[in-house]
Amino acid sequence: MLSLTLLSIPLLASLLLLFSRGAMSRNLALVFTLVQLGFTIFAYTVFKAEGAGPFDYMQNWSAKPFINVHLSMDGMSLLMVMLTNVLLPLIVLSGYNRETNRMHVFYSLMLFMQFALNGVFMAFDGFIYYIFWELALIPIYFIAFNWGGENRAKVTLKFFIYTLAGSLLMLFGFLFLYNGSPANSLEWSSLVANPSCSCNQSWLFWLFFIAFAIKIPIVPFHTWQPDTYQSAPTQGTMLLSGIMLKMGTYSLIRWLLPIVPAGVQEWQPLVIALCVGGVVYASIIAIMQRDMKRLLAYSSIAHVGLISAGIFALNRSGIQGSLVQMVSHGLTVVGLFFCADIIFNRTKHEEIEGLGGVRLAAPKFAAWFLIIVLGSVALPLTSGFVGEFMLLFGVYQYNTWLSIFAGLTIILGAVYMLRMYQKVVLGKAIKENMVFPDLMWNEKIVLVSIGVMIFALGLFPNPIIELTEPILKTIIK
Amino acid sequence: MNTLIYTSVLGFFCMLAEIMNLRKLIIPVLVLGLAIIFGLNMNDWNLNQSYFNNMLKVDNFSVAFSGLAIFVTLLVFILSTDYYENQQNHISDYMTILTFILVGALMMFSFANLTMLFLGIETLSISLYVMAGSKRFDVRSNEAGFKYFLMGSFASCFLLFGIALIFGSTGSFDLAKIADYTIQNQQNISPMFYTGMVLIVFAMLFKVSAAPFHFWAPDVYEGSPALITAYMSTLVKIAAFGAFYKLMSVTFFYTSFKAELILNIAAILTLAVGNLMALAQTNFKRLLAYSGISHAGYMMLIILSAKNQPAGALFYYSLAYALSTIAAFAIAIPVFSAAKSEDIDTFNGLGKKNPVAAAAMSMAMLGLAGIPPFAGFLGKYYIFTEALHSNYFYTTLVAIFASMIGVYYYFKVIIAMYGKPANEANVELTFNFKLVLWVCLALSLAFGLYPAPILNIF
Repeated sequence: MLSLTLLSIPLLASLLLLFSRGAMSRNLALVFTLVQLGFTIFAYTVFKAEGAGPFDYMQNWSAKPFINVHLSMDGMSLLMVMLTNVLLPLIVLSGYNRETNRMHVFYSLMLFMQFALNGVFMAFDGFIYYIFWELALIPIYFIAFNWGGENRAKVTLKFFIYTLAGSLLMLFGFLFLYNGSPANSLEWSSLVANPSCSCNQSWLFWLFFIAFAIKIPIVPFHTWQPDTYQSAPTQGTMLLSGIMLKMGTYSLIRWLLPIVPAGVQEWQPLVIALCVGGVVYASIIAIMQRDMKRLLAYSSIAHVGLISAGIFALNRSGIQGSLVQMVSHGLTVVGLFFCADIIFNRTKHEEIEGLGGVRLAAPKFAAWFLIIVLGSVALPLTSGFVGEFMLLFGVYQYNTWLSIFAGLTIILGAVYMLRMYQKVVLGKAIKENMVFPDLMWNEKIVLVSIGVMIFALGLFPNPIIELTEPILKTIIK
Repeated sequence: MNTLIYTSVLGFFCMLAEIMNLRKLIIPVLVLGLAIIFGLNMNDWNLNQSYFNNMLKVDNFSVAFSGLAIFVTLLVFILSTDYYENQQNHISDYMTILTFILVGALMMFSFANLTMLFLGIETLSISLYVMAGSKRFDVRSNEAGFKYFLMGSFASCFLLFGIALIFGSTGSFDLAKIADYTIQNQQNISPMFYTGMVLIVFAMLFKVSAAPFHFWAPDVYEGSPALITAYMSTLVKIAAFGAFYKLMSVTFFYTSFKAELILNIAAILTLAVGNLMALAQTNFKRLLAYSGISHAGYMMLIILSAKNQPAGALFYYSLAYALSTIAAFAIAIPVFSAAKSEDIDTFNGLGKKNPVAAAAMSMAMLGLAGIPPFAGFLGKYYIFTEALHSNYFYTTLVAIFASMIGVYYYFKVIIAMYGKPANEANVELTFNFKLVLWVCLALSLAFGLYPAPILNIF
């Protein structure tokens, strides 16, 4: 039943917010996301003490077609739920000291998104999972469309159709499994226990894989991503890159690997090559970028490419690493986009070329920006290092040569991230009399908490590993 | 049967009201009367009785669909108070004819005899020809009425000829007896029977506006007055599908495999034509016409799998489709009359001018596109399960791709509302329109979230 509470707080908050106005709605959103965060921490302690029992919720929804509402929790779900609920207050906070029109709708959509994301991570029935998966798409579409920048109509429509196309393929896959399953049910455990015959799995794999690959995105299904990240409002981009793409990587582990195991085995070499190729490709493109948001978008493609490669290596260290890296990437990418937003907010300038010398005006900002950049380039002691190390080790166990190519991500990542940092923050101030006030209170809170978490997880990654260990044992037989 | 008689009485009352100078009473009496008939209709649940030497049969199927039809009519009549405000001198004619469209639809749900089917279809169609052309001084409305009449008469001829051939080979008009004949003479069913069946199938494909018999739909939808288009795209489509489904599941379930290829091709073509042609439309009513064709394509999947009796899926889908479509028209009609045009451009900037209406329109469009949590999604889900269950693997795949295309044109409206600069026209929704709108959306959401009672109705 605890899972229902986790869902109902953001849902009720999002409805309530529709009746508030102006700055009030932002404050309310912050309060509710903090309440949700507090409740998540409580849920964590309960889970530690009593396991999944208190979270299990099962209710029949319809007899024909047979659908059960099944919500539950395991270590992996809890990790993702915590990531979501930790990032949401930070994302809301980053909207302070910024102009947003029709704030009540904006934050209401954001909380609705939180509701859907929590649902995706707790759903243990294919149908319910699909519903939440789609529900998460609607608010982010309207956020990106209504508050977006240039070309938003075209870009967001492309984003929506792209992801919906993938989802519908997945829906077809679920329908097929539903018809073939002996119990006529999409219950996760029954799908895992009775996989479809391997003749079907080889094409079923692609139905699910494409849906997840579009969301993640894995090259070559990534073309919607840079445009969308660039044109969406920063808070929307944070939601997209920080949490929403984790839906894809999470689903790879939760749904794709266990329910089409033979299909995964069959296509593993091709898919892992795609992932690693995408890492190199996206890193090289990122080096070429002049626009800061686009650079971060491509760097994000490179990072999640490595995460997916680790998952498809199908060994313990790869998948474990991917979970650590999902959390780490969620933190760093939100921090990076926020830093880009701070710079844009002060200078109204998005090109890397025209900037420089921010350090002179805003030393505190420069320091925290550096910490997040270092987390992103996987410096030892940061969370990025733990994750990428385990990922690369996983890929190495699968194939040495692939791991060498995948390892390029660290080098290339250092190239584009540090070069960007150097140009923007260090060096001479290019603009005369640049007005660049240092961090405001809300910015300070966001950057400091992200920076602290990056270090904390870099030093003590054990809680994550302990949390997810048992479930991984069942997935990798 | 009582439902049918009381509804006809209501129709006669409308005619007489003109003579007795009770014009103002017409719509209130109709709305009240229909509400009462809706309740009486529910009384027949589980009754399973046949009337007039088995000409009409009241069973749960007919009660459920009659209830839906009466409900849809009720909503349209509530809209008509404001729509016909300035045309009071014709009000009794219009309302009479609209009521008889419902009478025809009720016959099409409860027929147990092919002659009753024909009577029902003709009562509905002839009334509709008149209403399509009811804007007398508008060329397009005249074109719509005439075109519909010409094409519809052809389809009726096909239907009649098919019925005659079936009578010739089986010696009966009765649905159950025809079905018995096909089972008893499994080995030597005459080719005449099959010819008759295929002709009837063609006629029904025309009535449900399935490709390649869909050409009338866009012109007729565009030319007819907007309220009639709303009525046509909901009630008439549901009635046609109800009758079609009944034919395929009760009478032709044993022989339908002979028409399977035709139906399968028609379903795929309908899905493709409806969705692809809708992409290029700029007129909102034409857009909804093609969207209606594409929805007919999804419902064709149920006709294909009629052997497995998926009446629940058909009912749920019809309900979901009707709710979203009427909600869309409840916003479109005031927008059109404010902008004096029926293009998608008239929605430009509605998100700024009237955010509530724009949000409602978005919900209607999401419902039509089949996005959860609206009922449209679960309707599609149910249909796809049934089609896969009957092994229509590739047809379902086509339907999945069709749904992807569908998103594009429904979102065109949403993008116009939020992304384009506002036009001058000021849009205000009157109370009746708001009422219908929110009833539809609330039900669409409610049935999407709590579908069990409707899904398992049969």
